[in-house]
Amino acid sequence: MIGTEKILEVKDLTVHFYTYAGVVKAIEKVSFDVYKGETFALVGETGCGKSVTARALTQLIESPGRIVEGEVYYHRDGETIDLLKLGEEEIREYRGKEIAYIFQDPQSSLDPLYSIGYQVSEALFVHKMVKSIKEGVKRAVDILRTVLMPDPEKRVSNYPHELSGGMKQRVTIGIGIANNPRILIADEPTTALDVTVQAQILNLIKEMKERYGATVLLITHDMGVVADMADRVAVMYAGKIVELADVFTIFKKPIHPYTRGLLKAVPNPLVKIERLEAIPGTVPSLINPPSGCRFNPRCNQATEICRSKVPELEEVEDGHFVACHG
Amino acid sequence: MEGMQGMSSFSNGFSSSSNLLEVRNLKKYFPLKGLFFTKGYVKAVDNVTFEIRKGETFGLVGESGCGKTTVGRTILRLIEPTDGQIIYDGRDITKFKKKDMDWFRRKAQIMFQDPYSSLNPRQTVFQIVMEPVNHHGIDVHDPEAFVIDLLEKVGLNEGHLYRYPHEFSGGQRQRIALARILSLKPEFVVLDEPTSALDVSVQANILNTLKDIQGELDLTYLFISHDLAIVKYMSHRLGVMYLGKLVEVGNSDGIFEEPLHPYTKALFSAIPIPDPEIEKRKEKLVVKGEPPSPINPPSGCRFHPRCPFAREICSQKEPELKKVGSDHEVACWLY
Repeated sequence: MIGTEKILEVKDLTVHFYTYAGVVKAIEKVSFDVYKGETFALVGETGCGKSVTARALTQLIESPGRIVEGEVYYHRDGETIDLLKLGEEEIREYRGKEIAYIFQDPQSSLDPLYSIGYQVSEALFVHKMVKSIKEGVKRAVDILRTVLMPDPEKRVSNYPHELSGGMKQRVTIGIGIANNPRILIADEPTTALDVTVQAQILNLIKEMKERYGATVLLITHDMGVVADMADRVAVMYAGKIVELADVFTIFKKPIHPYTRGLLKAVPNPLVKIERLEAIPGTVPSLINPPSGCRFNPRCNQATEICRSKVPELEEVEDGHFVACHG
Repeated sequence: MEGMQGMSSFSNGFSSSSNLLEVRNLKKYFPLKGLFFTKGYVKAVDNVTFEIRKGETFGLVGESGCGKTTVGRTILRLIEPTDGQIIYDGRDITKFKKKDMDWFRRKAQIMFQDPYSSLNPRQTVFQIVMEPVNHHGIDVHDPEAFVIDLLEKVGLNEGHLYRYPHEFSGGQRQRIALARILSLKPEFVVLDEPTSALDVSVQANILNTLKDIQGELDLTYLFISHDLAIVKYMSHRLGVMYLGKLVEVGNSDGIFEEPLHPYTKALFSAIPIPDPEIEKRKEKLVVKGEPPSPINPPSGCRFHPRCPFAREICSQKEPELKKVGSDHEVACWLY
């Protein structure tokens, strides 16, 4: 199913936020490739930089944040474009059209003053897929039908406040897929939803992916969602990728102590667990991150070198990358 | 009063010795006020009956808006119940006047979800932990040693005594809240989504501490959560709520092994299992739609519009909780 053709190549992506308290090094030299047609998951806890990474891919970083370093190569029909070298106008050609986003909170990603039909239509109109908003609203009915919105002819003139959370997320997915994107970036798309609705939305994303052959970049903190959706996984901690492999390897043979700790800390509802194993301590401040490996203060296997030298992400076996001195 | 059938698991007397808390036909309706008249009611909790045994953790699960938090707060009379009985240690607390309530409030405590809004930002840890003690006029010989002892129990230390909440992480704040709860030596604690605001690696720590303290101090917990995996880890017995109703209740392992109510099944099948070998092959029972509004809940069984097994009777008559195993009750016409 997964090709070997790269669609995205992220190299040394670094984003800093210049705040009054100091420079927050949100992500440092993050590198990974995404293959065409796969679902690539970025996982980690609050503040690990997974959302910043996803946003930085199309320069969606606002002041006081700045992309300090790095390249994002986007491959399309034999041509290669560095998305970070594009100007503000140029990147808009890609963002929302070839690379679309679904965000966590459907409440704040929809405009309360416009009908949902208008908002889907706008996404089409901006990218010149339709000649007028009116024509777009007609198309919006079909799009809402594809995202399994009940009664789309009527719903198209509803406003966001008239819809439930799950319905709103269907609309934002509709906006996301409106232009038939090649890459769909879903940033915690179900975190604001209840589990039974989450199951519906995850199914929908899978269906959309199959129907349009899109590549999905999924950002989540939920290891269950990763197990369900992902083909390959990158685990992030404190602004760095610590481990990257296919989903089965990550769950079966995790190597990095953080990945292992994270997996043990998540209760599996099918297994009777006597005692969860917790990771001691908390996530460090990214203004003054720990020297060497950023996980070393919480790691029970840390040695001298972990405190002094930053471990590089190295391939330990085919397709399995780990950044650890151990 | 109707609904007595739902109490089949009770003995005839008011309380059997092992039950610390018995909730009978609890109702909480919130009025929807119009200009002159009450336009209707949000039936947040409707005829809920269950019991909690001494020393156990009773888990209450359900999705947002199902009424689980309202149950937790009504039991402590932080919200006054509309109707029903709450029998604590053999006494009906809904009839309590102020003096008895003071007694009850020392026995029963609550831990809230959001550790950022449940601690006073202007108080030091010492003041926070001592506040309930001072309020109830309890004499403490050496307050400082008393608080340090509590802090050590919950995984904090002496160095934290005179610091303010903003200096702590979310997980540490929940520990401060826990120390405050323990200062009154309670018997019963309502834990209302205590780890929902925390990251998984921190969550595991807090859950373990809660478990340790339960054993050490012989506490009884009502554990409210939307996360089934955590509820399974914490609970001995379990109640599943849907739209103000308890649809299934009983031994936690039993329910997890064989969920009977279609909603429980859907809920269980919807949780993504953190194991790709299982999760990617799993047959899922995905229910349609979303929970309807509790203002005008569906007739009959409230789950029937979303239920794949609904029959005619389901939309006409409301099912009562029915005993189906030694410690397993379900409210569904299939059984």
